[in-house]
Amino acid sequence: MSHISPKSTYYTIFGMLMVLTGLTVFAAFHHLGVFNFPVAIGIAITKATLVILFFMHAKYSSRLTKLFVGMSFFFLLILFTLTLTDYLSRGLKTYPGGAAGAGYGVRQAAPAHGAAAGAEHKEGAAEAGH
Amino acid sequence: MSDAAAIPADAHGHGHHHPDLQHHFDTLDQQHEAATLGMWLFLVTEVLFFGGLFMAYLIYRVWYHDAWVAGSRELSIALGGFNTVVLIGSSLTMAMAVRSAQTGYRRATVGWLIGTMVLGLTFLVVKVFEYKDKFDHHHVPGFDFQVDQAHAGIAGPMQIFFSLYFTMTGLHALHMIIGFGLMSVITWMAYKGRFSPQWSTPVEMSGLYWHFVDIVWIFLFPLLYLVDRTGG
Repeated sequence: MSHISPKSTYYTIFGMLMVLTGLTVFAAFHHLGVFNFPVAIGIAITKATLVILFFMHAKYSSRLTKLFVGMSFFFLLILFTLTLTDYLSRGLKTYPGGAAGAGYGVRQAAPAHGAAAGAEHKEGAAEAGH
Repeated sequence: MSDAAAIPADAHGHGHHHPDLQHHFDTLDQQHEAATLGMWLFLVTEVLFFGGLFMAYLIYRVWYHDAWVAGSRELSIALGGFNTVVLIGSSLTMAMAVRSAQTGYRRATVGWLIGTMVLGLTFLVVKVFEYKDKFDHHHVPGFDFQVDQAHAGIAGPMQIFFSLYFTMTGLHALHMIIGFGLMSVITWMAYKGRFSPQWSTPVEMSGLYWHFVDIVWIFLFPLLYLVDRTGG
């Protein structure tokens, strides 16, 4: 029959999830530059893994079930990777300055506001080279 | 008479096997394995369903990072964090409910399930207050959407942020309401003594579903409330 974990396992995992939740909130109030996003995602993936392995008993499941669990994230990775390969590389060649403009290539008419100054600059440069 | 003798004793056998073993399965173990696999297959489709929304989130975040920074600052970390603790707590009580059912403690199963439902309901009530706050501040896309003067230039992209906020948290809340319905039935079955150490599959499958809903929130909370707070 199915695996029965000791109560202490569940309490330990719950404790770890609480610590990680605290950690991710703590990290959000500190400016880590480009690392804010990877840190938050890394903690979230760690928490999800703990839930899947121990609360959802994936660790004690049959190999076929484990394959299905892995499959969902494999397909998710295909979705993210292939889509981002397209969107993040747009403008890589067409914008002066190359990679700096990548990902913003299809952004529509930039609003006349300081926040979008970068996009305006790039468009201006494109005009100049015309 | 000889025909009857040719049929194996366990092929027709009402009364010869566990009442919850269906005839197309050989053993309870096989039936349990099939149920687990089927539930996970359903969860694969759920992962990809929410995956599409996370994909949309990622693309728009790259395009309109300023709007993401401004939008995430409008959300309450206190309420979001409180709900995260509540929902992970409900995953713990759900895991304990499954364990109680597997070990045959009827009263404990009912108790843990009711605890899970109370925590789930707490989450939804807090969510209602969060949504109400968004209506009060005109942050609901399409309903007289307004932002303060400093963000006037990115009002359009901020509508996209709040559209994704409402779509993702709304569909997550819908999953919780469905989970609440599932659990009401399971609790009633547990109260009636339908589960035993030999057969507690419905409790286990509801558990898998509830933990999945928890995982979705584990990603929604940092992505919507936290990650862009210091940016800009």
